Amino acid sequence: MILTVWQLDVTFASGTLAGVTDGMPLIAKVATSVSKTAAALSRAAGRGDGSVIGGWIGLKIDPDLLAHLAAGRAVALVSGTNGKTTTTRLTAAAVGVLGRVATNSFGANMPTGHTSALAKEGHTPFAVLEVDEHYLAQVIDQTRPKVVALLNLSRDQLDRAKEVAMMAQLWKTTLAGHPDIRVVANADDPMVVWAAASSPQTTWFSAGQRWHDDSFVCPESGHPIERSGGDWWCTGCPLRRPRPQWVVEDEGVIDPRGDWHLVKLQLPGRVNIGNAATALAVAAEFGVRPIEALPRLSRVASIAGRYAQVDRDGRNIRLLLAKNPASWLEAFDMADQAPTLLSINARDPDGLDTSWLYDVDFSPLRDRPVLITGDRAFDLAVRLQVNHVPFRHVNSFDEALRSVPPGRLEVIANYTAFQDIRAELDRVN
Amino acid sequence: MSTESLRIVWIYPDLLSTYGDRGNMLILARRAADRGIPVETYEVRSDQRMPNSADIYLIGGGEDGPQALAAQRLLTDGGLHQAVNQGAAILSICAGYQLLGHSFYAKGAKCAGLGLLDITSDRGETRAVGELRGDIDPRLGLPPLTGFENHGGRTHLGAHAAPLARVTGGIGNDGQTEGAWAGKILGTYSHGPALARNPAIADLLLRWSTGADRLTPLDDTWSERLRNERLAATNAV
Repeated sequence: MILTVWQLDVTFASGTLAGVTDGMPLIAKVATSVSKTAAALSRAAGRGDGSVIGGWIGLKIDPDLLAHLAAGRAVALVSGTNGKTTTTRLTAAAVGVLGRVATNSFGANMPTGHTSALAKEGHTPFAVLEVDEHYLAQVIDQTRPKVVALLNLSRDQLDRAKEVAMMAQLWKTTLAGHPDIRVVANADDPMVVWAAASSPQTTWFSAGQRWHDDSFVCPESGHPIERSGGDWWCTGCPLRRPRPQWVVEDEGVIDPRGDWHLVKLQLPGRVNIGNAATALAVAAEFGVRPIEALPRLSRVASIAGRYAQVDRDGRNIRLLLAKNPASWLEAFDMADQAPTLLSINARDPDGLDTSWLYDVDFSPLRDRPVLITGDRAFDLAVRLQVNHVPFRHVNSFDEALRSVPPGRLEVIANYTAFQDIRAELDRVN
Repeated sequence: MSTESLRIVWIYPDLLSTYGDRGNMLILARRAADRGIPVETYEVRSDQRMPNSADIYLIGGGEDGPQALAAQRLLTDGGLHQAVNQGAAILSICAGYQLLGHSFYAKGAKCAGLGLLDITSDRGETRAVGELRGDIDPRLGLPPLTGFENHGGRTHLGAHAAPLARVTGGIGNDGQTEGAWAGKILGTYSHGPALARNPAIADLLLRWSTGADRLTPLDDTWSERLRNERLAATNAV
């Protein structure tokens, strides 16, 4: 397979790479070219969107390829447990006011995905990259970002992921070693504040935090954290909520000058106004004013299938992705009062453990028709029963579609269940 | 029951609640209420006194630091020991199970446990992660145990504790036995909402606490489907 790629590449490379690879070492030029070819082949073969395989092959040839591709671009990184993909998309739209932006818009958020994204876009003055929490240190080293945005930290796939406090410690150490980076961070999440406070350059935003279960205990002192209204403070040390410069208020955002801007989005829910506030704060570090960015944010309709609406057989299907307890709470907030299909898998990308179902309160779904499906529908059935939420089990997405009346069908699914349903809907974006 | 309602305490949810541990409290409360047993639930944080008069105590899983802190506070507080002397039942899970023993390891150091179960725990060479299955001690008269385990500990039983189950899939204490029980104290490595897959253990705790020989059967269709699916999944491994 590798051999085939190389052979094809000889004819593919020459015309397409001028500009991107100028000034790169030869090995990086070759790697970039092969990376792009592999991605194109992957897409052509219908094997995926090409956002991982290209980068994987490119990095095999030149381990420094990501650093070579990032050089000369003004880079922003976006990390956190939830909202990364959406915030990255909104930030790329906002920074786009200034010029072309390379971004990993398919949610491929590890170095292979970053490499593919930068190779594919060719030379751009800007890059906005979503980064898996675990890879933040490595990607900072390689891409030398101007800005890093930190959204939140909560439990997510604990059968293999690092614990929340360990992740916060990793971030803290990383940022302390890069005092030149501007950190844009969530003042409402004690774990994020603790990690970000090690940087001398912080901009704080307040986007709200619905999920508190992973920040009862201060990561600095081990004492309980008290909350009142939107404020929080540690009862045993000076850690407390910093005063945010960017604040969500009503349907809009207040900027550091105190001006309120209406945020009109096609994306549902208060959580996305928070994501928009983050995007505006990051874009401001590049010199973009909110008033310039807002019209671009309002044009974002869906992100890799998230929030996408599809009409089929008289049903208007809306797709919501919920990967962990915090994001399930946000999804309930976004979903209309309409029949709702829940789909749960526990494959590798989801985490094999379904215990988190008991960290989610499903009672907001009590007064609507609920359908359940997916590999682990029985785990969900028992959970809903304990939660007094009536439901009906269906064996397939088609059966779900047939068993609801014409009109809106909300679909809330975890990662691979979401991808399965997206595939049924012709990989809607 | 010590009062007219069944009282359930969830011990230190601020320290020991990593894997949906709340589920066990919700399931017990639901199964009691469905039988018309009045039930009260209490979440007791680590900065509060541990009441000694509840009927069932639940203690869940957690990381090393919180586990060591929880053991220290429970030793200082003494409320849980008094409750056990007065006949209370305990369901302990993972880190909570280890800390009921004589000693356990947290952050590389040996820590004193509560000594309520005759067990000691240390570190295994590998982390046990995956489906767990076992045949429960026949004296308890329960169907097979099914759960998900995720722990680095290995547990050794003394003469005054019996294995909760013989392992038929997964690791448990040491690959041979899983969990422990003595009197009305149960411990298991089946983590998080262990009672979701094992409603018979929930009913055992309810029988112990109410003194009832048998309880009204409930419609456990979905629990049975879940159990059958998970027990079969362990077979396939």
